[in-house]
Amino acid sequence: MHMQYHSPESFDEAVSLASKSEGTIRFLAGGTDVLVQLRSDIVTPDVLIDLKKIDGTKDISRTAEGWKIGTAVSGAEMSEHPELSRDWPGVVEAMDLIGSTQIQGRATLVGNLCNGSPAADSVPALIAAGAAVNVVGPKGERQVRVEDIPTGPGRTSLEKGEMINEILIPAKRQNGGDAYLRFIPRTEMDIAVVGCAVSLSLEGDTIIDARVALGAVAPTALLVEDASKAIIGSNLDDGTMAALAKAASAACNPINDKRGTIKFRTHVAGVLAQRVAKIAYDRARG
Amino acid sequence: MGMTHVSTTVNGDREEFLCDPRETLLDVLRDKLALTGAKEGCGTGDCGACSVTVDGRLVCACLMLGVEVEGKSIDTVEGISTDEELHPLQTKFIEYAALQCGICTPGILVAAKSLLERNPDPTETEVRYWLAGNLCRCTGYDKIIRAVMDTAAEIREAT
Repeated sequence: MHMQYHSPESFDEAVSLASKSEGTIRFLAGGTDVLVQLRSDIVTPDVLIDLKKIDGTKDISRTAEGWKIGTAVSGAEMSEHPELSRDWPGVVEAMDLIGSTQIQGRATLVGNLCNGSPAADSVPALIAAGAAVNVVGPKGERQVRVEDIPTGPGRTSLEKGEMINEILIPAKRQNGGDAYLRFIPRTEMDIAVVGCAVSLSLEGDTIIDARVALGAVAPTALLVEDASKAIIGSNLDDGTMAALAKAASAACNPINDKRGTIKFRTHVAGVLAQRVAKIAYDRARG
Repeated sequence: MGMTHVSTTVNGDREEFLCDPRETLLDVLRDKLALTGAKEGCGTGDCGACSVTVDGRLVCACLMLGVEVEGKSIDTVEGISTDEELHPLQTKFIEYAALQCGICTPGILVAAKSLLERNPDPTETEVRYWLAGNLCRCTGYDKIIRAVMDTAAEIREAT
C-alpha cells in the first residue's frame, strides 16, 4: 500500500489536506511514536502530514500570557532553554524523562499528548501547570485544556482535520513552583508505572493555589481536585501530607499489568504525590 | 509508486536520492548511499545502533524518514575519521578493547562524539546517562565508559 507524504508550509494548508484526505491520517513532528507504529505495521497511515516545514513549529516564545511552544519543539530544545527551565522545571523535567538522548532530539510535547498513552510523562506536568493547547481545524481555532485532549488509551478529543499547533503554558506565578516524578523499576529508559505532577504557589509559607495531576493510574492522566484542595491553605504539615496521599490514592483507577499491580500503583500514587508536593513547595520558596 | 527526490549533505558531501516515503533515513543510508556503518538493531529507537546526527542533533536514523532530510546535514560514523587518521575516540576504543562484536560501536562513537562536542568535561554519570540509549550486549559498558572518559581527558589536555 502506498502512503502519501505531504509537507505543507502553513497550518491552513495542513488543515485542508487533513480535511479532504480519506483513510488513516497521521501528523509527523518528532515521529518517535508514528514511525514505530508504521514500521511495526500497527498503524500504516494512508496520509502522513509532516508539520515541520511550517513557520513557528520549532519556536519557544514568551508571550504576555506565558509561554508558547511550537508543535515540533523537541525535548532537547526545551531542556536547553534556560528561561523555560527556570519558570517550569516540572514540565521540562517530565519531558526530559522520555527516552534516550536520541529520542530527546526528536520527541515533542504535542506528540506525547496526542499519542494518548495514559503513562505519558509530560501530560500530568502540563495539566498541573494549567496548560492549554491551540487547536486548528476546518472550523477554525479553539483553545482546549490539556486534560480535555486525551479521552482514553490512544484516543483524543480532536476531530477529523484538527491538529494542535501550539502548547500554551501560563506565566510562572509569583512564588510558584512545579515538579514531576515517576516511579519506574529502573533508573532510566522506562515507562511510568505511576507519574505525579504538582504545581503550587505560596503566600508566605502557605499554599494558596495548587494543581495535582496523576499519570498511569487511569485510562487518561487525571487532574485530582481533591488532592489539590487537600494542600491549599497548608504548609504541608504531616496531617496535610496524609490527606494528600489519601486523596491521590482515592483518585486511582489503574490496570493490573506486569509493570505494577492495582494495589501497588494506588499506594505509590500517594507516596509520589507527597514527594512531588514537597519538591514543588521548596522550589516555590526559592 | 511515487518516489520523492531528496537533496541532502552527508559527511560534508552533497547527495541526492529517490525514496519511497515509508523508507527510513537508515534504509536510505544503508541501501541507497552504501553507508553501512549505522546498523539496524531494533528498528524502534531503543538500541541506538543507528545513531547519526542531523543538523548536529543526535537521532536514531531508524526513527526518521528519508524524505525528512531534504536540505539537512547528516553526519555518520563514516565521517568521524579524517583521511587515514582515526578520531581520538576510535583510537581509545581500540586501546581499551571497548568493543567485541562491534554492532553497537558505530552508534556509540557517533553518540560519544556528540556528547564531547557539547560537554568536553563530562562526569561518569553524565556519560552513562548520555549513552543510555546505546545498548551493548557483548563487552558491557564499563570499558566503553572508560574509553570515552579517557578520550575527553586527552582532548582537554591537547587543547
